[in-house]
Amino acid sequence: MSTLALTDAVADYGQQRVLGPLNLTLQRGERVALVGKSGAGKSSLLAVMYQQWRGRGAALMPQELGLVPSLSVFHNVYMGALASHPTWYNLVTLAKPFRRDVAAIRPLLAQLSIEEKCWAMAGELSGGQRQRVAAARAIHQGGEVLLADEPVSALDGPQSEALMVELTQAYPTAVLAMHDVELALRFTDRVIGIADGGIALDAPSARLTAQDLLPLY
Amino acid sequence: MWHSATVRLSLGFVALAILCLGVADLSITAHDPWHELGRLLQGLVQPDVSDVDHLWVALLRTLAFAFVGVGLGATAGFLLALIFHSRLVRSLCAFVRAIHELFWALIFLQFFGLHPLTGVLAIALPYAGVFAKVFAEILEETDPLPEQVLPAGSGRLSTLAYTRLHEAWPHLVSYTSYRLECGLRSSAVLGFVGMPTLGFYLESAFAQGHYDTVGALLLLFYAVIASLRLWVRPLLVPVYLVVAPFCLGSGLPIVWSNVSRFFTEDIVPSPLRHGEGVSGLMSWLGDIMTSEALPGIWHTLVLSQIALVLTGLLALMFYPLVSRHFFQGRSWHGRWALSGRRQAGAGRPGNRLTHLLGHGLLVVMRSTPEYLLAFILLQLWGPSMLPAVVALAIHNGGIIAHLVGRRSNEVRLRPDAPHGLVRYAYELTPRLYGPFLALLFYRWEIIMRETAILGILGITTLGFYVDSAIQEIRFDRAMVLILITALLNIGVDVLARHLRARLRLRHTANCEP
Repeated sequence: MSTLALTDAVADYGQQRVLGPLNLTLQRGERVALVGKSGAGKSSLLAVMYQQWRGRGAALMPQELGLVPSLSVFHNVYMGALASHPTWYNLVTLAKPFRRDVAAIRPLLAQLSIEEKCWAMAGELSGGQRQRVAAARAIHQGGEVLLADEPVSALDGPQSEALMVELTQAYPTAVLAMHDVELALRFTDRVIGIADGGIALDAPSARLTAQDLLPLY
Repeated sequence: MWHSATVRLSLGFVALAILCLGVADLSITAHDPWHELGRLLQGLVQPDVSDVDHLWVALLRTLAFAFVGVGLGATAGFLLALIFHSRLVRSLCAFVRAIHELFWALIFLQFFGLHPLTGVLAIALPYAGVFAKVFAEILEETDPLPEQVLPAGSGRLSTLAYTRLHEAWPHLVSYTSYRLECGLRSSAVLGFVGMPTLGFYLESAFAQGHYDTVGALLLLFYAVIASLRLWVRPLLVPVYLVVAPFCLGSGLPIVWSNVSRFFTEDIVPSPLRHGEGVSGLMSWLGDIMTSEALPGIWHTLVLSQIALVLTGLLALMFYPLVSRHFFQGRSWHGRWALSGRRQAGAGRPGNRLTHLLGHGLLVVMRSTPEYLLAFILLQLWGPSMLPAVVALAIHNGGIIAHLVGRRSNEVRLRPDAPHGLVRYAYELTPRLYGPFLALLFYRWEIIMRETAILGILGITTLGFYVDSAIQEIRFDRAMVLILITALLNIGVDVLARHLRARLRLRHTANCEP
């Protein structure tokens, strides 16, 4: 698989068209930033991509994170690998995790500085901690392409940079919706600007400055 | 106030109930009702616990039938909830839960006889229908996002276990434990149709005039229900479920020829059995309609309308008993002392005894099954609609008052809110009226179902005609009448759902049957 493509993609919210039709091709290895003001259609575009590419190894980290609050941090992260184990293994893990999974997940949590929360309930964590749990789940899942909606919005400077490094290393291809333009330019090599449900800008990050993106907001 | 659709609808219901009062037979025919009531009260004060063996067996059987019935019902209901999006499953569940457990018992009695299976299935079947619906609703209410972000190919069971099931688990458990309490009531009542549970012993104690034994049985029942939380523990429930099937008693063996005869002969409409063809069938149906179904439907509607309105009145009257805005617990002492605005009557702070008595009264009201209550009142007052109306209103009014009172505790009043009757009429009741109506409409179908079943006690609702048809060994007629009862219940349920939607009344799953 070298390219991922969307052709004439649309998204409707009730009667109203919120996205497209638009065409888009991603090369393997590309890191794409989706920018644009809120309501422009970034999340809808990510949802369409996920719907189209889920079966081809796409992982989604939505803005609402999609954690199960009543499960521990460990289990929430483990859920990224549910498809790689047989059902009986998953069910046993729910009651008592296997040592090798704990050994795989603990270092990941350590890298994101939430190792001490391994057995805490996801629902009891702060916003920034929960965001890192969702990121850890996406990293643990692995695959071809990561689709993340504002993956570092609840984190401060150094933490968000560390997480961006981890996320972009975990997947060969990534599409990240971001409102922090500086960060977006630094960690991606292509910027797609979304306005009014269509593509308003598509250019390599290296050729853009934060100033160039201002009209999109 | 008169412009509010809710108020107009309520007044319409009250007016209808008053009209129904005109046509209902509400006389007390007993020779000396107060004397009988006095004897019963004396029995409650001085219960006779000397017959320990009987009491113990009655209690054991009641618990066993409840655990096996509710356990099977919950398991089947859970599996059905997973495929509840299928229209067929939904209709099937609506149908089985529209038929009261006593009717199911009467049906199963015809072919399984007094085998424990009759009692178990009578509980399990309608409960499965209810569980399926409520479990499906609870699972529906969980966040769908965690399921969506799982990697493709996670497997249905793993997905369910990690996401929706795990999130919904506490709600599923609390609903199931609530239904276990209902199951205990159902199990006790099954004794009235011959199962070896509490109702059986209660009926024979009444028949022999042993009011002290009646008192002991009733007190035992209340004690079991009130202490439910103490002994139904997560770790113990599996133990109970394993042991319960062995405590059902042996009953009488199943005669399998009865089973096949029931399906091939008994329930086949008699004109078809005698080869009278479609015209015979039509006149047979017409006869059932005019002589039994229509009078039964009429009486069921009249009685349940009066009971519904009386239930509402009782609930509105009694909810302050469990509301912290009227009778405070200890924790509110400080605040009240500070505010220095003590008043006489309602709103008096820290009145713990009243608080406790109020709670106790509602517990007794809602844990007495309406059938048992109607049975007792019939013994005391003689046959008429009155015992049924009062029994239905007490039981259902107690449940709704409890739920509305609990809801009122979520209301925050401003510090200088008025007290007493003004607080009741201006601050709380208007705020709680919506939830109150929603709950009442939820119970409408249940009240209707119970009204029909009370006919077995001799009040001429649909159950009376079903019971007489069974007594006369005319099961074909009984089945037609049971079907009509089920349709009536489904109709009321649809109407109530429509009214709730039109008045935009919030929906709460936890107040289901």
